[in-house]
Amino acid sequence: MDLGRISRRHLLQGGAALTLGAAVGARPAFAAETTIGFIYVGSRDDYGYNQAHAQGAAALKKIPGLKVVEEEKVPETDAVEKTIESMINLDGATLLFPTSFGYYNPHMVKMATKYPKIHFEHCGGLWTDKDPKNAGSYFGYIDEAQYISGIVAGYTSKSGKLGFVAAKPIPQVLRNINAFALGAKLANPKATTQVIFTGDWSMPVKEAEATNSLIDQGVDVLTCHVDGPKTMVENAARRGAFVCGYHTNQSPLAPKAYLTGAEWNWEALYPKFVKMIAAGESIPNFYRGGLKEEIVKTSPYGEAVSAEARKHADEVKAKFLSAEGYAIFKGGLVDNKGKTVIAAGTDRGQKDPELEKMDYLVEGVIGATS
Amino acid sequence: MTTEAADSAEAVGAIAPAADPGFLQRYGGTIEYVLIPGAALVGALGVFGIFVAMFGKNPLDLYFYMYYGAFGTWFSWQNTLTRAAPLILTALCTALPAQLGMVIIGGEGALLIGALSATSAALALQGLPPLVVQIAMVCAGVTGGGLWIMLAGALRQYRGVNETISSLLLVYIALAVLNHLVEGAMRDPASLNKPSTREIGAANMIGSIPGTDVHWGLVFGLIAAIAAYILIYHTVFGFAARVAGGNIRAAKIVGLGVSKLILTICFLAGGAAGLAGMVEVAAVQGRTNANLAAGYGFTGILVAFLARQNPLAIIPVAILLGGISASGGLLQRRLGLPDASVLVLQGIIFVFVLASDALYGRIGFLKGKS
Amino acid sequence: MADGSIGLWTVPLAVLGGAIRVSTPFLFVSLGECITERSGRINLGLEGTLVMGAMSAYGSSYLTGSPWLGVLAAGITGALLGALHAGICSLPRVNDVAVGIALMLFGTGLAFYLGKPLIEPTAARLPAIDFGWWSDIPQVRAALRVNVLFLIGVALAPILYWAFRTTRWGLLIRTAGESSDATRAMGHSVLLIRLRATMVGGFLAGIGGSFLSLFYPGSWNEGLSSGQGITAVALVIFARWDPLLCLWASLAFGGAAALGPALQSVGVTSGYHLFNAAPYILTLAIMIMTCSPKRTLTGAPAELSITR
Repeated sequence: MDLGRISRRHLLQGGAALTLGAAVGARPAFAAETTIGFIYVGSRDDYGYNQAHAQGAAALKKIPGLKVVEEEKVPETDAVEKTIESMINLDGATLLFPTSFGYYNPHMVKMATKYPKIHFEHCGGLWTDKDPKNAGSYFGYIDEAQYISGIVAGYTSKSGKLGFVAAKPIPQVLRNINAFALGAKLANPKATTQVIFTGDWSMPVKEAEATNSLIDQGVDVLTCHVDGPKTMVENAARRGAFVCGYHTNQSPLAPKAYLTGAEWNWEALYPKFVKMIAAGESIPNFYRGGLKEEIVKTSPYGEAVSAEARKHADEVKAKFLSAEGYAIFKGGLVDNKGKTVIAAGTDRGQKDPELEKMDYLVEGVIGATS
Repeated sequence: MTTEAADSAEAVGAIAPAADPGFLQRYGGTIEYVLIPGAALVGALGVFGIFVAMFGKNPLDLYFYMYYGAFGTWFSWQNTLTRAAPLILTALCTALPAQLGMVIIGGEGALLIGALSATSAALALQGLPPLVVQIAMVCAGVTGGGLWIMLAGALRQYRGVNETISSLLLVYIALAVLNHLVEGAMRDPASLNKPSTREIGAANMIGSIPGTDVHWGLVFGLIAAIAAYILIYHTVFGFAARVAGGNIRAAKIVGLGVSKLILTICFLAGGAAGLAGMVEVAAVQGRTNANLAAGYGFTGILVAFLARQNPLAIIPVAILLGGISASGGLLQRRLGLPDASVLVLQGIIFVFVLASDALYGRIGFLKGKS
Repeated sequence: MADGSIGLWTVPLAVLGGAIRVSTPFLFVSLGECITERSGRINLGLEGTLVMGAMSAYGSSYLTGSPWLGVLAAGITGALLGALHAGICSLPRVNDVAVGIALMLFGTGLAFYLGKPLIEPTAARLPAIDFGWWSDIPQVRAALRVNVLFLIGVALAPILYWAFRTTRWGLLIRTAGESSDATRAMGHSVLLIRLRATMVGGFLAGIGGSFLSLFYPGSWNEGLSSGQGITAVALVIFARWDPLLCLWASLAFGGAAALGPALQSVGVTSGYHLFNAAPYILTLAIMIMTCSPKRTLTGAPAELSITR
């Protein structure tokens, strides 16, 4: 069989690829058949960060007139630039979701400048005034959900010692740790949260060792911030500790040990984005929100969560959902080295950019950022 | 049977002049070097086709999209060449020591150290004219990577430590060093959630080859491969290396300084991978962070073996593998194959090419006998 | 800081626990590689075998509900990959190191490809035996929860040591590793001996993989091995092809892997990346100390390509 025949066959079968010339950059908004590209840094079946995004993508696939193309394990190098260009040039994608933090600068910014008619929505919340207008960056205040997890964990822990298996000491992770620890102190002012950094986003053996070390230290409720929480959840449950999940709902893994968890709610956000674009509204370039905006959610409470814990957690959740909102990081906050990091009287609300630079662990957290 | 699409060029080039026996006597060896790997490639693509067919995918679609994604359009070509650029350099890291009979598989480590050194040089020389900074970056990258692999060579020569294992261990150590510095001493405080060094500055970036999206790393690679070819096959030094590679004792008898050979070759090998690291910094990332560990060093090993350790043959093989990885995205998006299919295909090709080593000198008609 | 718990004792206990928990894959891969290398061939592809074993064990356990069938499936998968390695290497002029790298790539890729649907489900795990019943301290009890595979591995090391020295089978393998001419002169096929040795090596490495997915960390995902297979191959070289030394080295490696997290849990927080690299630094350091350019390593099979 010669090459010509293969090509003809595909042309006749209507391989959309070959008609791309007409499609590129020609359509300003969402016409009948719109192609949306999703790019994941890891495997989209990782039962964690990437799977949460893939579930959001799956929600878009159900909408008629939308075609979703996905590519997984795209490294944060020029490979992602090429994937973006390939989706634009070969698939005719007009809206792109590069979902990993490290895709943004320089890669996605470069592509957004090069393809001004294509719409980009990056997950990470990194957009600034200097960046192209067709590039958006959204993120969720998942620390709100971690705060709720912390409250539940604080009530459930008998030893008053909580554990946190974390990947790297970066602001997003530190903010989750601090929110969890502050939530726990709401339930039990003496509660401590011990943190262990594994060094990278996916290190199953290290995560399991960290889980065991924490439990050896007397910790009886654990949560984590790594790409795939399955290892921590299963190993902690095996040793009789309770867990709070992260990224997605891991309760099927350990129904008895699972208390609650901080989950992304991309299934709600992505269809919302698409509807906004279809209606001609523009999505704010810097788009953020928490529980109220339905970007994050908490897992349903497990059976081990006491009525007292549920009541307190629900009260705080209601405050997050209320019009005036709720600040996790309130004035008079002291870090675990004794330094005041937020002066008394200044509450830092969720949108406060100072929180984006968090480089401390609050009082009650055992661990260090370096 | 149906695999001609991807490699008709090799096959045609080899088969056409097969009529003239005098020609065969002269060029039989060269033809062998094209025909055998070509046949191995066809066989590997055939097996991979059967593999995907078992999962209900049409192999013809597979071959078409592989061709289309790698070489089908001008965009695909640029995608392929961009991905090939670092592979040429990292393949040299394996191919050069192979002349001495050494198996070095630590190109990834040299790449990381090269990137780190080049970045350090650029950051130390901020404010100087870009050309000066760029030259310093090249020197630092080559030296850093070179010394790293030279360490493996020296350990082999002076301590008898197996270089395959030591160079691989050095990869893990290099990654730990890079993470340690990037999250510690060299961290740009402004790099919040993606710990990185400071940026080398837009003026110091080396940019793309005019008229294309392919960065200058491709030209660096081509020059390095050609220079390596000349060094190995057309200089006394290269001759000595090949003698030593054939038989260390013979080399000692004719008075060749084996230590000097090993250290120099290892330095050049590591230097090539270090240059790849410098290019990733100066043409793609603009700074050093964990993104640099994208596996180019490991794919480079494959390239070197497929090219039978010949520096010139590395160029087409790198382009071929660049093409496979460029088309990998299309396979995911159009055929729904997982990302790992590229790994599987690479593994099958590697196995076939190695097994085909047994065929050299055994093909009857190339000897003019049949 | 650690009141009410066992404080600094966490570190030695975690290293002990780690030695037991983490060492098993190292132990199985290194013992398997020991057999293969003693027969005169090196199989660097055991990293791929380990990952493939982990995936097939998890898949089989999930589908059949029996973790022991999973272990068996992992062993068989490993033996098949071993046969592939030996088969290609028996062709003339094929480099066994390169074939190993190829199979590392192939095994890993195939495991990732086939393992996609296995990341989320939970498969039946291997049971643990409680050896800490005598202690009141929960941490000690946890550290001494041992899987039977670990015990098999520990028993296998002296058995192999004895078998290499005294059995006909062990002698044949060693002869094949020392001199293929002598083996042929004795009327045996070198290729066949190496085929069997590589298949047994693959079988053991596959079982090592089943430990990863079915016991500890105890589920299948793509980051599961992170280079343990290749580290174990390196370990054989500094264990000088001695099964007993392989055992000690594996235990040391398991302990080293637990060191980073354990130190953090008692407050040693700086430089955890360097602590995490401890197993690799340790291997390199030991290799530098034990190797010598003057003589071939004691115990090194003369036919082995990498020591010639």
